[in-house]
Amino acid sequence: MNGFLLSTLIWLPIVGGIAVMLVGGHRPAMARGVALLVTMVTFLWSLPLFFSFDTTTAVMQFVESRPWVETFNIRYYLGVDGFSAPLILLTSFFGPLVVIAGWRSITKNVNQYMAAFLVMEGLMIGVFSTLDGLLFYIFFEAMLIPMFLVIGIWGGPRRVYATLKFFLYTFLGSVFMLIGLIYLYIQSGSWNILDWHTMPLSLVAQKWLFLGFLAAFSVKIPMFPVHTWLPDAHVEAPTGGSVILAAIMLKIGGYGFIRFSLPITPDASAVLDWLVIALSLIAVVYIGFVALAQQDMKKLIAYSSISHMGFVTLGLFVAFSIYRNTGGVAGAALGVEGAMVQMISHGFISGALFLTVGVLYDRVHSRMIKDYGGVANTMPWFALFAVFFLMANSGLPGTSGFVGEFMVILSSFQANFWFAFLAALTLILGAAYSLWLAKRVIFGAVANRQVENLQDINSREALVLGILAVAILFFGLWPQPLVEMLQVSVDHLLQHIVQSKVM
Amino acid sequence: MSLQTTLLLIPLLPLAGAIVAGIFRNQVGRAGSHVVTILGVAISFGLSAWVLYQQVSGTLDSVNISVYTWMVADGIRFQVGFLVDHLTTLMMCVVTFVSLMVHIYTIGYMREDPGYQRFFSYIALFTFSMLMLVMSNNFLQLFFGWEAVGLVSYLLIGFWFNKETAIAANLKAFLVNRVGDFGFLLGIAAVLLTFGTLDYAEVFGRANEVVGQTLSVPGGMEWDMLTFICVCLFIGAMGKSAQAPLHVWLPDSMEGPTPISALIHAATMVTAGIFMVARMSPLFEMSDVALSFVMLIGAVTALSMGLIGIVQNDVKRVIAYSTLSQLGYMTVALGVSAYSAAIFHLMTHAFFKALLFLGAGSVIIALHHQQDMRYMGGLRKYMPVTWITAWVGTLALVGFPFFAGFYSKDAIIEAVGASHRWGSGFAYFAVVIGVLITAIYSFRLLYLTFHGPEKFTVDKDCGEHPPPGQLAHDPEESPLVVTVPLVLLAIPSVFIGWLTIEPVLFGGWLNDSIVVLEKNNVLAELGEHFHGATAMAQHAIYTLPFWLMITGLIAATLIYLIRPSVADAIARRLPFLYRLLDHKYYFDELYLKVFARGGVRLGRSLWHRADAGFIDDGIVNGAARLTKWLAALVRRWQTGFLYDYAFAMIIGLIGILAVWVAMVPGL
Repeated sequence: MNGFLLSTLIWLPIVGGIAVMLVGGHRPAMARGVALLVTMVTFLWSLPLFFSFDTTTAVMQFVESRPWVETFNIRYYLGVDGFSAPLILLTSFFGPLVVIAGWRSITKNVNQYMAAFLVMEGLMIGVFSTLDGLLFYIFFEAMLIPMFLVIGIWGGPRRVYATLKFFLYTFLGSVFMLIGLIYLYIQSGSWNILDWHTMPLSLVAQKWLFLGFLAAFSVKIPMFPVHTWLPDAHVEAPTGGSVILAAIMLKIGGYGFIRFSLPITPDASAVLDWLVIALSLIAVVYIGFVALAQQDMKKLIAYSSISHMGFVTLGLFVAFSIYRNTGGVAGAALGVEGAMVQMISHGFISGALFLTVGVLYDRVHSRMIKDYGGVANTMPWFALFAVFFLMANSGLPGTSGFVGEFMVILSSFQANFWFAFLAALTLILGAAYSLWLAKRVIFGAVANRQVENLQDINSREALVLGILAVAILFFGLWPQPLVEMLQVSVDHLLQHIVQSKVM
Repeated sequence: MSLQTTLLLIPLLPLAGAIVAGIFRNQVGRAGSHVVTILGVAISFGLSAWVLYQQVSGTLDSVNISVYTWMVADGIRFQVGFLVDHLTTLMMCVVTFVSLMVHIYTIGYMREDPGYQRFFSYIALFTFSMLMLVMSNNFLQLFFGWEAVGLVSYLLIGFWFNKETAIAANLKAFLVNRVGDFGFLLGIAAVLLTFGTLDYAEVFGRANEVVGQTLSVPGGMEWDMLTFICVCLFIGAMGKSAQAPLHVWLPDSMEGPTPISALIHAATMVTAGIFMVARMSPLFEMSDVALSFVMLIGAVTALSMGLIGIVQNDVKRVIAYSTLSQLGYMTVALGVSAYSAAIFHLMTHAFFKALLFLGAGSVIIALHHQQDMRYMGGLRKYMPVTWITAWVGTLALVGFPFFAGFYSKDAIIEAVGASHRWGSGFAYFAVVIGVLITAIYSFRLLYLTFHGPEKFTVDKDCGEHPPPGQLAHDPEESPLVVTVPLVLLAIPSVFIGWLTIEPVLFGGWLNDSIVVLEKNNVLAELGEHFHGATAMAQHAIYTLPFWLMITGLIAATLIYLIRPSVADAIARRLPFLYRLLDHKYYFDELYLKVFARGGVRLGRSLWHRADAGFIDDGIVNGAARLTKWLAALVRRWQTGFLYDYAFAMIIGLIGILAVWVAMVPGL
């Protein structure tokens, strides 16, 4: 069945989503059940991407390719390598979790809610697995629609502002990418991304393409200064929306840099790496300070996400400095692998944190820090999870949050002392905003009547948080399985990007 | 049982105890939680002692084994593994023994606490983390243990999380430690850059090959690589071992329950920095600059922190400042390359300081959680065991001949005196004057607590929460679970120095772990004048430190026992000095203002001005406003009249045709 594996992963949730939609709004229990079944099957179906994945080659695996629109040479072309396979696994892993997390807290139009998430899951897997430029663009844009609906319908009071901001921001960015993609098609006569990787391009063309891609992916990941849509979107989104947004959607930006910017425009990346690095370091330090000042828990986590994504872009682009310094790429792979590890790990941790806030929000209906205090008194098990996730967020060794940051800091030290110096400030800033949050919300004396009446997490919530805690601990104590998947693809990418494509 | 299994069991048994007591706290209950953790730690201690025995008897060499590969990235193998040489074994025994005593003591101390199981789970988890730290054979795992003990320390300082002061203290402790870890991590990154590996054996083996290598720092600087590495690593140690100016978290950590003050904030965790520098001696030996830096920081800490101890009234805080000062002594010893002396003092200090803390805890329970010495006094007749063991601990701390602290502290003072390192003159002054100060605050503590008049009253009807200084019944001696650990710790506080000074300092027992260059080897110089432990103690009366200690004893007796009014008079006469010490040199005020409040204020202004103001309101919403304005402008053209649109279409068609005609060649 390997011949259709990726197609199944894309279309099973989408078809399942339509099925859930057809269940109708009057049978919420059945909608939930079907949604859970579909996401579970999708997850199990995705496991061969790990167990049958060949870690010794950078060649695309699980390939499917057939013509789609022959006139324009557009193909339905799917395949995965060490970069996309872990991200697809992450996506399918979160499917059931999001369904379970919304089990009770969503009461309005349950079938539509679940359907939106299922369709979104399929589209996101599509983004990660497609190797055709136009198909990528279609998935990339189509994915916005269900998220737009999720925030717009099940969101908070300012959801209209947030959805418009979210949509326009990301749409504007991707329009520039579309121009780039069309240019690449005209030049090469092909939509095959892998063809674009090897196609020679002048430096000027590369620079324009690089900026086009940067516009799309910097908004998506998001980078300073085009990040301001994220806190608003998170604040208004329902818990499940925030989880998918933070855990998966942001990673599409990082994935875009890996799949498009670096291999298609390596010379421009080498010339303009200072820009990305500067913006990344600003994200780590400046956003770290901004996070410290937040009064809304979700906003705080949103800013923390931006700061953590700074490590992804930093890790991806330090390679060029190392190459200039040493003439080789030794040490650069740590950065790229660190960026990937950081993306996966941040998926778990930010997802867990948004779920944690969701647990409190379901009970108290407030996201403001000042409405809490002393939650540990009434919710001891919840407090255990919350403190653990916050510690992971501050990069505690033994949790996955440490691994990626550690690798990127080690790598950037090889590039430039100051990169490492500024990046390592996250050790202090990350701990400051994460643990200050813990102090104000979790610890302390019982702050008010509502906190006094809180019920500890039930077994459904404990299950979701527990699964994430195990994942975070597992990759913190033994990142080798993940790193092994990446290794060959990263080496291949690095060999590729240090060779000039300028004719 | 194979050696590897033994070594694995040593840290894993406490971990298993922690998991059972923590996750299954309701299933195992209170008794179950202390049985399982104590059993784990006790076996762990037994196995450590067995390894020590084998190494002493010569049947076991130092062991370097890999447990598993954490990851292989970029061709670099990151591993988890154990290096068990004499230094490690000594640390393992100290850690597990003190931990075992504290575990037993906790049964009594936390008897009435609702968080009983949680507490046992934490201290067992701490033991695991600390063992992983000392047993590591590479920098990565060292950092793991380093942060893990920090985490448990955080959890334990904030154990009573309803207390606002406790949760402020634990946040502070974690953040100040993170400042140190910031340096530590950069140091590790520099090690990886220089050596291409994080494995101790390889790094130390090649340390002398990289002498003279520099780190070019953009901005036109060239730093000596080894100095950079050592200074960065030592910044980590300054955080963990609370050296000035990163010492501020330790006194506040006294907000945690007393057993952990003994275990974590006196005997073991805070000595991790000392252990780490000793472990890295092959690197530090290559940089005189770094060693001078280490020595001076230690000297400043030893002297300045002891002075604060004289004016504190909280019994635990006095001991905390004493700990800071003693950690300063160890650091000075590291700085003059007397690594063995630092480790030796670390060991003796672990015993007598744990004893003093646990003794203070015994007093605190007897007085129903009263920690202020102004409401104590005369307790010796109520609590004889606590009283006598406290005397033992104090005599060890002040360095009374034959007691454990005498040997280790005297060795440090002599080593500093023999050193020719830049700045060692000041360091010598600091450690000698430190003896006087130590004696003053130590005997002051003893007198105010156990001697003199009773400063509390007993009133049967004073109710549930009596005002300070009132008790519902006479203070009583603590139960056996408390007093037995006191006695068991008092024994090594007397004998361990006399017993082990020869092998540890002069017999070269630590030579398999510690590297000292010929030119720095002050301990070898001392060894030439060493004629046995007994002779060394007898010789003490001819030395300055002994008489300074006696001076301190007499001064304290006069001021705090015979004429208590003198103390207040001195404080009144020297208001400036008193205020400076009372405010701990204003470090807390400064940090609070500049870093804590300043950081939040910076964040707030960046958020409001830059993020929400400039980017969001200015550019993003500005673009939206611009669009709206343009749309309003263009909207005027949408008149709704058909002829307007028809006209526009015709104009447009003509325009397109014109362009087409112009563009297409040959038409």
